[in-house]
Amino acid sequence: MSATVCAGAAQFAAIEIWGQPVPVVAIVLSTLLVNLRNLLMSASLAPKTAAFATLQRLLGFYVLSDENWALSERRVREKPLTPAYFLTMGGVLYTNWVFWTTLGAFAGAFLGDPRRLGADFAFTALFIGLIAGFWRGRSTASAVAASAIASAIAFVTLGAPWHVLIGTLAGIAAVYVAAPEEAP
Amino acid sequence: MTLSAPTILAIIGMAIVTYATRIGGLFFADKLQFKGKAKAAFDEIPAAVLVSVIAPAVLTTGPAETIAALITILAARRLPLIAVVIVGVVAVVILRLFMS
Repeated sequence: MSATVCAGAAQFAAIEIWGQPVPVVAIVLSTLLVNLRNLLMSASLAPKTAAFATLQRLLGFYVLSDENWALSERRVREKPLTPAYFLTMGGVLYTNWVFWTTLGAFAGAFLGDPRRLGADFAFTALFIGLIAGFWRGRSTASAVAASAIASAIAFVTLGAPWHVLIGTLAGIAAVYVAAPEEAP
Repeated sequence: MTLSAPTILAIIGMAIVTYATRIGGLFFADKLQFKGKAKAAFDEIPAAVLVSVIAPAVLTTGPAETIAALITILAARRLPLIAVVIVGVVAVVILRLFMS
């Protein structure tokens, strides 16, 4: 699963609802919902990778994820994105993901509860660090506040994976409403 | 998880929809240029997505996670990424000792 899908949040969501018989439709639908954000991320990277060859794009975007997308967005603030940078990062990310999830599948039983080591919180802390890297002042603040509240409410009332989509849309809407008419 | 036909079908389905979302934006963005309010909103998509993914973990798990997140936010204001992650993990382990 890690080798073909390579999408952490979607895989965790799929495992949550996995059962016998396998709910194929529910799993695929939940994967689509969790990964809808990829559509927005690849759209935002599209103009920045316009100089790439088609094959480089198709290969590089196969492993597009929150992490390498966030690092790419940060990179383009300083210098243009090169195929070498993007594809190397994607390769490292893919190799790491497949290696460690395979190891986890074999070793998981021996480690016990990962919560004891705080490993589950590393993901949250990483995202907080990434958001800080994106900070643009007031418009980011309104996105963060609206997304956090909407996502938490959606999570409690509707459950996963709806919170990702609803929170994102709320954040975007809040920025749209708060932004001045003229382009900055 | 056994390797039965439905299992393989589900994984293939997951792989197809995931790849579709990953390259879909390439075709969709080429046709859309944003200006003004729409551009401001588009620029904040990254932050909105990231916050939405972690908000339940931060706000609905318990006081240890919420306080650890606040400490992590403070760390993120001045420390590099890897240090931010370490501060967050250490904070949550210590806080859980006292709060659960």
